[in-house]
Amino acid sequence: MSWALELLKAIGLTLVIFTFLAVVTAMIGVYAERKIAGWIQARLGPKHVGPQGLLQTIADTVKLLQKEHITPRRADVLMFNAAPVVVAVAALLDWVVIPFGTLGSRVLVVRDINIGVLYFSAMASITVLGILTAGWSSNNKYALLGGLRSAAQLISYELPLALGIIWAAMVAGTLSTVGIVEAQIQQGGWFLFTLPPPIGRLGAPFGILAAVTFLVAATAEVNRVPFDLPEAESELVAGYFVEYTGMRFALFQLGEYGEMFGMAALAVIMFLGGWAEPHLAPYLWVAVALGAVVLAAVILLTARHSLIIRPVLILAVLTAAVSLLMSVGIHLPSIVWFLLKLFTLVFFLMWVRWTYPRLRLDQLLNLSWKVLLPLGLLNLLATGLILTLGGR
Amino acid sequence: MLAESAIISASMPKVLLDWFYVAVFAVVGTLMAVLPLAVVWVLAPRQDSPQKTTTYESGVLPFGQAWAQFNVRYYLFALIFVVFDVEVIYLYPWAVVFRQLGPVAFVEMLAFLLILLIGLVYAWRKGALEWV
Amino acid sequence: MGELGVFIILALVTLIPAVVVVTSHNIVRAALSLVPSFLGVTGLYILLQAEFVAGIQVLIYVGAITVLLLFVIMLTEGGTGVRLRQVNEQVPLGAMAAVWLAFVIIVILTRTVWPIGAGSPPPYNAVAIGNAFMTDYVLIFEATSLVLLVSLIGAIVTARGEE
Repeated sequence: MSWALELLKAIGLTLVIFTFLAVVTAMIGVYAERKIAGWIQARLGPKHVGPQGLLQTIADTVKLLQKEHITPRRADVLMFNAAPVVVAVAALLDWVVIPFGTLGSRVLVVRDINIGVLYFSAMASITVLGILTAGWSSNNKYALLGGLRSAAQLISYELPLALGIIWAAMVAGTLSTVGIVEAQIQQGGWFLFTLPPPIGRLGAPFGILAAVTFLVAATAEVNRVPFDLPEAESELVAGYFVEYTGMRFALFQLGEYGEMFGMAALAVIMFLGGWAEPHLAPYLWVAVALGAVVLAAVILLTARHSLIIRPVLILAVLTAAVSLLMSVGIHLPSIVWFLLKLFTLVFFLMWVRWTYPRLRLDQLLNLSWKVLLPLGLLNLLATGLILTLGGR
Repeated sequence: MLAESAIISASMPKVLLDWFYVAVFAVVGTLMAVLPLAVVWVLAPRQDSPQKTTTYESGVLPFGQAWAQFNVRYYLFALIFVVFDVEVIYLYPWAVVFRQLGPVAFVEMLAFLLILLIGLVYAWRKGALEWV
Repeated sequence: MGELGVFIILALVTLIPAVVVVTSHNIVRAALSLVPSFLGVTGLYILLQAEFVAGIQVLIYVGAITVLLLFVIMLTEGGTGVRLRQVNEQVPLGAMAAVWLAFVIIVILTRTVWPIGAGSPPPYNAVAIGNAFMTDYVLIFEATSLVLLVSLIGAIVTARGEE
């Protein structure tokens, strides 16, 4: 009898997460990316479809839904069709272990799996197979080459990714995502800046190094610029998914966006305290609000383009509002904090994408094997040493 | 210790229940991913023509011999990756128990990692990590 | 009761793709059929409540070893799949050996008394494994790193030796 109840709950939670992903990552995320890309490139981005172009993604989805599915001659049909589904489902499965916040005493997570972060890493490694299959089954030499290069890139960056995760697991003492957030709440500071007492703020360099390692590896894992050589438009004409049309192509992109948000969510959980709200004295919150207003004023007065007036104003107002609420003592729900941190981090990832040029494949692999891997290992050892010497 | 988000049914240990949810998630997720493809199958036109199904290439490129020379570096990267991936999975349980066990655990892992760092340096010096 | 049903499903998910691996004409399809087989094994580990082992099974076997196999296959063909010859002259001999081996295994399985350990699995698998590594099995743990080092060096020497 309890089987049926659990089954219904599981299906319900899946649909909730899927709706969240469809709305936030697909609709809002794609729209935000295009708008931010536009602002960084001194243009407007989508504007016509719906108010401020907000319905652009819906329009694109409708368009893609009625595009013809072309299967290349002599492509292995089963594999060709399965590959985008594998990539999309692997990205979707990441979200089982992401906690969104707390409601009373219950944590808002699909399941708090004991091996949470290890499971996340495993899902990331399944994506590689989907990409290889896509490249091979297209029966196209460009696609195969792109698939192989992408796979080489992805496996090279799985190691620094895992090292970043292990760093956080080591400091928290658990592999569970909820456990890692609770460890940060318990020690009263984010792992990015503080290690457990008595080390405290002195541990900031290690946390920052671990976070940077993880985020660089995560960007590479999602095939985003500056690591998107395998799908580089100018070189390999979209690499491993060159033969994919319409909705199958969209599934690959959805997988990439879902994975990017998932990696950002994990980074928020491991390094930015998850759903915990920052502890600052009230006067500091007021200072933050004032600072946001001042910064916004400076930007607006010195801005060369009128494009950024509206977004800067919106951000300034939001920051000021949140800070003032905090200073008065009104606490925002934890899920709001989680989403705030998540969106900020995703904004940074998008900012990086449109700022940096693409790395060449050998530069990319060198970065992973000769820089991030040794750094990650040394960081682990150094942090381990400090934690041992520093006592409990 | 940890707040639970679901009722643990008395007949099933938490572990199995966790993974039951994962399995359901996977099945429902696959259906959700296949759904748009099914919609396309209904909505989209389907007119096969020889031009459309031709493999996309900018021209005819002879790839025969060129492949054999480039095999090794992909293979090497995958090999080295396997070895270090196995090393990483030893790091996971160590990280979890590390703080409870004191300096002994640190020294043991130090030895483990040093031996493997020797391997990394060897690979580096031998040029196994070069792409070109 | 439900557990038996799940076990049967997982066993089928493990065994049927394994048969495909061995008998398929298309080598890439054979390699990819390993993936559901490995996932079936993962499910069996979970049924035994060994979730850490299940996690690393996916991470290593599906994520690393299958990728390695696919690299090798895709790089030594570069085009259409090679059709493998599935039968040769030694089939009758092979079949007899397989039947005999199956008979022996079934006899052993059914006649052995399998002891069931007392107690339940540790609630947190990774912690138990970690503790074991660091205390009781330290020597094996360090020896493992040596084995990994040797295999790394051996692989590099073998692969680069062609230059």
